[in-house]
Amino acid sequence: MATELLAPSGITPAGPRPFVDRLHGWIATVDHKRLGVMYILYALVFLMIGGIEATIMRIQLIVPHNHFVSPQVFNRMFTMHGTTMIFFVVMPLVFGFANYLLPLMIGARDMAFPRLNAFSFWMTAFGGILLYFSMLGANGLYGAGNAPDVGWFAYAPLTSQTFSRGHSTDFWTMAVLVSGIGSIGTAINMITTILCLRCPGMTLGKMPLFAWLNLVMSGLVLLAVSPLTAAQIMLTIDRYLGGHFFDTQAGGSAVLWMHFFWIFGHPEVYVLVIPAFAYVSEVIPVFSRKAIFGYPVMVAASVAIAFVSMSVWAHHMFTVGMSSHANTFFVLSTMAIAVPTGIKIFNWLATMWGGKIHFTAAMLFSIGFLFQFLIAGLTGIMLSSAPFNWQLGNSYFVVAHFHYVIVGGILFAIFSAFYYWFPKMSGKMCNEALGKLHFVLFAIGFHLTFDFMHVPGLLGMPRRIYTYEPGRGWDMWNLVSTIGVVFQAAGVLIFAGNLLWSYFKGKSAGSDPWDAWTLEWSTSSPPPAYNFASIPTVRSRRPVWDLKHPEDPDWRYE
Amino acid sequence: MVPVLLWLAIASFGKAAEPALSPTNIFAPASTPANSILGLSLFVLGVTASIFVMVFTLLVYAVVKYRKRTDDDGHEPPQVYGSNQVELAWTVIPVLIVVILFMATARVIAGIQQPSLPAGAIEVIAIGHQYWWEFRYPGLKVVTANELHVPVSDPQHPTPTHIQLLSADTNHSFWVPRLAGKTDLIANHPNSTWIDPHETGLYLGQCAQYCGTQHAKMLLRVYVQSRDEFDRWIQAQSQPAQRSDAVSRGRQVFEATACINCHAVAGTVANGRFGPDLTHLMSRDTIASGAAPNTPENLRIWIRQPDAIKPGSKMPAMELTEQDISAVTAYLGTLR
Repeated sequence: MATELLAPSGITPAGPRPFVDRLHGWIATVDHKRLGVMYILYALVFLMIGGIEATIMRIQLIVPHNHFVSPQVFNRMFTMHGTTMIFFVVMPLVFGFANYLLPLMIGARDMAFPRLNAFSFWMTAFGGILLYFSMLGANGLYGAGNAPDVGWFAYAPLTSQTFSRGHSTDFWTMAVLVSGIGSIGTAINMITTILCLRCPGMTLGKMPLFAWLNLVMSGLVLLAVSPLTAAQIMLTIDRYLGGHFFDTQAGGSAVLWMHFFWIFGHPEVYVLVIPAFAYVSEVIPVFSRKAIFGYPVMVAASVAIAFVSMSVWAHHMFTVGMSSHANTFFVLSTMAIAVPTGIKIFNWLATMWGGKIHFTAAMLFSIGFLFQFLIAGLTGIMLSSAPFNWQLGNSYFVVAHFHYVIVGGILFAIFSAFYYWFPKMSGKMCNEALGKLHFVLFAIGFHLTFDFMHVPGLLGMPRRIYTYEPGRGWDMWNLVSTIGVVFQAAGVLIFAGNLLWSYFKGKSAGSDPWDAWTLEWSTSSPPPAYNFASIPTVRSRRPVWDLKHPEDPDWRYE
Repeated sequence: MVPVLLWLAIASFGKAAEPALSPTNIFAPASTPANSILGLSLFVLGVTASIFVMVFTLLVYAVVKYRKRTDDDGHEPPQVYGSNQVELAWTVIPVLIVVILFMATARVIAGIQQPSLPAGAIEVIAIGHQYWWEFRYPGLKVVTANELHVPVSDPQHPTPTHIQLLSADTNHSFWVPRLAGKTDLIANHPNSTWIDPHETGLYLGQCAQYCGTQHAKMLLRVYVQSRDEFDRWIQAQSQPAQRSDAVSRGRQVFEATACINCHAVAGTVANGRFGPDLTHLMSRDTIASGAAPNTPENLRIWIRQPDAIKPGSKMPAMELTEQDISAVTAYLGTLR
């Protein structure tokens, strides 16, 4: 409607622009909405690729002593799967949603640095292409394998020239380094946008939680990705310039790499999960028809999680032989994170409490997130207890735990975000029936695969093995885990089909299909270029609620 | 989740000598470190399971009770913005739970990491290689591979085994779930662990830190023997290799090819250290770090084409003729 008002009357466009023109428009764009959509589509392509890699691994593990793939291929699969899913699926997805939604939610016309934004996207995109180009270009002089096979945390000294010949490790290093530069650029951009471009009246305390959580996430990206980038440069110096940082054969330290990697790696988990918190913090209130419960505490808990998450990294290293004092410290810091995380779970519960819950596909995925994130947190507490970790660490229990976080938590929240904001981004409603079918299939598949995956870990099955011995009591659990993949794959295919079908055939969404309360719903769907005809002024955390309920506006209570 | 919790409840009673579910079940400990970890684990599991039941109940209750009804009047529900008392409660209670869990954990860390081992403790050096285990008994002049022998530890007269953990190449991890938690073997970073098995028998484990292509088949066997049996084993293992003229052809082939670059046979020219010591090869139940039973047929396959048993292993196919393979297999068969 708003676009009609903006279009000058009497001029009719001369038909659709040629394909090359439109393509150029996308490639050269600096528009935050187009970049957001590009991030998301790019990540969805890699989601499919990473999913195929996971499926290959699960088929290999369906029975003991299987010969579906060789150990070399299996090792490449888990390396590529982990690297892809973390760096080229979840990070682009959360950056994509933040890019698209942040300016809309804070009443801004674009990000603070649109060109940096485009640069960051293309760096990330280039990183992913570089990683997969290894499959063609990494053979090296020795005929050593192609795709990287050092694991997604690439422990030294496996990455040294001695143990990793050819160029596969270099492609991994460069892909992570290049995409890391993109991530840092995006983080700087988001922090600046949030701090400088909020619309009149929107003080920090009146920002939507979405904006707060993405601010916290961006701060963590700056703190976490920088040491990783440094470590990748050090590794390259080791491999090509005769450095000995991590080269144990020349007196280097393998443990140093672990510290570098995990001081990135643990905050990284929160880089991924804090945006997931952001999505459910928008979805749960709208579909419970209540304001978020305890906004100031939610903000404080998010900042506390980020702060504490910087001092827990060595809980990934309980088995490397740290002193009992160091182990004890990291037990305490890790367990401490449970407190602010618990507060968040209880506050989401309290938001639903006394509301009128609408079971849309978006809400179902958010409730799934709550349930699974609770379990993931509790298995996290088990792992934080160092002696228990000496048994569980590096076993399938850990694999199940972090997939509970990343799939059961983060991915469910991302699906929730898709169903919630798809109407805003496309102007079309997503098919609800297909959305609910997607939820049911994916939830069944998820629980089959990852609930049962805890058990072989408790029975002594280490991770990253391409095959296992019969007679260890692991067979049935692995079989069930693999069966779950079928349901997950079906769910994801229905999701992809739903997006396509809804984009072309869905019914028109209108500007505010969910009767929601934040600023993105006050403009048309999809929003026009530069978002707002005139910059809005807000008086509370729910400006659109105030418009809809002039008799009982929020600003009276905040 | 619910079937898994139920299973956990059952599994935690599986403390019998022969664990029902798996020979590598962490809930069937047979040594002090694994046992004290089990105690702590059950406590942590109890606390987390109670939290799960409570929050899960609240979640189900909220979702069912506050669903939008079909006879909804279309009004928005009362808007509640927060409650300091309630939020304080769900901050303070978790803090208390964390303090309790932390104290219980800290006690077990100290107990396992700062043991006071008696003077009679057996010393072993375990060295991780791609993809096999070297075990050396300093002072006893014994070197073996992949199959660790230790004496049973009688609580009255404890004879625990202290294991120093080193790596010759990439990272590995020593994990025998029924005896102790895992500890990594890292080059330039000596670690140690200890076990005091209470019952004789065979305990299985495997490398638990990704170390390269054949990480999966870097299996580990610990034979816990009575003190007499263990002493006899040490006695036998400290002898040089038996020499039999019947297999001199095989010995010649072995000593004239690159076999001896990697393998040692005590009392001969073979003194390589990249591969397992073969002096008493026939005393071992398995070859290729547990990947295959130690039979003459498997030994032949292994010498002819190592990739047939363990693709990606560091042992090269030596391209010997069939007669030479037979001769070498016969020679190795005399190394008891």
